[in-house]
Amino acid sequence: MAPTKKMGIKQKYAHLTRGLDWETTYEKMDDVFPYDKFEGIKITDWSKWEDPFRLTMDSYWKFQAEKERKLYAVIDAFAQNNGQTNISDARYVNVLKLFLTGISPEEYQAHRGFAFTGRHLRGVGPRVACQQQSLDELRHFQTQCHTISHFNKFFNGLSEFRTMHDRVFYLSVPKSFFDDARTAGPFEFMIAIGFAFEYVLTNLLFVPFMSGAAYNGDMSTVTFGFSAQSDESRHMTLGIEVIKFLLEQHPDNLPIVQEWVDKWFWRGFRLLGLVSMMMDYMLPKKVMSWKEAWEIYFVEAGGSLFKDLERYGLKMPKYHEQATEACEHISHQLYGLLYQLSHVTGLHAWMPDDEHMDWLSEKYPNTFDKYYRPRFELWKQQEAEGKRFYYNGLLQLCHTCQLPMTFTEPDDPTTTCFRESEYEGQHYHFCSDGCKDIFDREPEKYISSWLPIQQIFQGNCGGPTIPDVLAYYMFGPNDGGEYVGSEDNKLWESWKNATTKEAAE
Amino acid sequence: MPVKAIVDNYKDFNPNRDLPEQYHGNLMVYLYWNKHMSFVAAMAAPLPPPTPFGALPEVAKSVYGTHPDFEKIDWSKVEWTLDGNPITPDFAKSIGEQGVRHKSLIRFTTPGLDGFEGKYV
Repeated sequence: MAPTKKMGIKQKYAHLTRGLDWETTYEKMDDVFPYDKFEGIKITDWSKWEDPFRLTMDSYWKFQAEKERKLYAVIDAFAQNNGQTNISDARYVNVLKLFLTGISPEEYQAHRGFAFTGRHLRGVGPRVACQQQSLDELRHFQTQCHTISHFNKFFNGLSEFRTMHDRVFYLSVPKSFFDDARTAGPFEFMIAIGFAFEYVLTNLLFVPFMSGAAYNGDMSTVTFGFSAQSDESRHMTLGIEVIKFLLEQHPDNLPIVQEWVDKWFWRGFRLLGLVSMMMDYMLPKKVMSWKEAWEIYFVEAGGSLFKDLERYGLKMPKYHEQATEACEHISHQLYGLLYQLSHVTGLHAWMPDDEHMDWLSEKYPNTFDKYYRPRFELWKQQEAEGKRFYYNGLLQLCHTCQLPMTFTEPDDPTTTCFRESEYEGQHYHFCSDGCKDIFDREPEKYISSWLPIQQIFQGNCGGPTIPDVLAYYMFGPNDGGEYVGSEDNKLWESWKNATTKEAAE
Repeated sequence: MPVKAIVDNYKDFNPNRDLPEQYHGNLMVYLYWNKHMSFVAAMAAPLPPPTPFGALPEVAKSVYGTHPDFEKIDWSKVEWTLDGNPITPDFAKSIGEQGVRHKSLIRFTTPGLDGFEGKYV
């Protein structure tokens, strides 16, 4: 027998992916893959799927194991060197808390979603890519759990992140986003998470968050970011490949894909509003403004992406002009929300100082001084009188994005935007045209949304009073509220004083 | 447009979680104070239909009472809308009798009071 020649990468790849696929004979293919037709997407030839990375499972394991070793070495070193004492300020930890309680559980949801698509797409190429992404997302969740575990030793607001994800009112914003995607069919999930979130919007989440971590001395998060980066580029490539593949396969797919792009752009934009307040208000050392980030990563990068997709007939997402116009406002509006509701969150908020407000005036010359500085001046005055401004009640939520109805009319920042639909004799309220359209397209789906305020009134959240609900959320007494004077604040001061004292001796 | 689902009886799996009968006899009512943007959203309150309309200023006070304008409100001059339509409410009659239903939005304008320093804040 002649010695077998060693296989080349391409050949090996073909064997380990396409070679694993076959047409079933005992069972009908439609029974084995029941989910990939009902959405109306037509695939004529699965073999036309271009595998952008040509990564086999064995090399995948090898790469990832190597990255894990490096990552855990840094995380261990961070813990041993008390890295938490080298961050810019303990206020920074609130950025981490928001990310770790709001996004990390969604990494897990993404893992589940990609495991599902990795099982249910008929073509073997996308199936393998989805399985790899599913494992990546699980890994991201795990590594972020280590960060939670470390910061939880020192700071409040992180300890019950699992329960909080399922119950807390503002965490229902990311949760409902992923619940919506995961209860869609596999193709919509791919457009929602693979394309809209991972391709169009991901840079707005990761770049500011990771640069923010670096600027503010959080090396454990920076390392996680680097470790995730090569995964992210693979995910982005999958996201762009799926949209091209669907549009090339059949002209009937275009209107369906366009609707999904419109929907998931708007849902993603609403979700990323949380990043806008991180960037403009919560990072003690600022990276850039939300408006600047939006210009770079959506207006420019997104614009050229959609220019490129024009040849398939795909248009810019509906209401993208409204999103760009809203960039002048959303960070201020959302931080206002956190400032006056922080006592019922797991986060601290604080009054921006004069230097910070001047930075905001400079970054938002059209809007900050006119519409938002006066709010802070009123609240500052009340703080000085010993009456820190809190919203002492429950508020109205948008039925689609589940954010409080805090956004303003596109052409009038002094009027709240109210939109409404009627379905089967009932009222439904929305914060924007985008959210209303999403509901109107599939009302049967959204009538079953678990809206946190509605659930409190229905008696499903521990009881009728605010302390009952906070106990149900598993918030401790020191998890939220004003930062100044909080346990986090005092701990930080004690660390700083210890350093100064030592230096003086 | 109906939802595209893998089953025909989609609605059996997807109950409405926001029906009036789930609120133990209360109406979920939204109250919004125009031109006072420092409050980040309309407040939501569970109110039984027999609640007199005249109780709404007290309900509003629980949230909006922290604003310096609130105590200056002359309730006889307040302008009201219910679900987008102007109304002249009878304070003695109940909200239920005057067309308030589950998730109605009641907005009120306080003439002459335009927020902190008149800046709609």
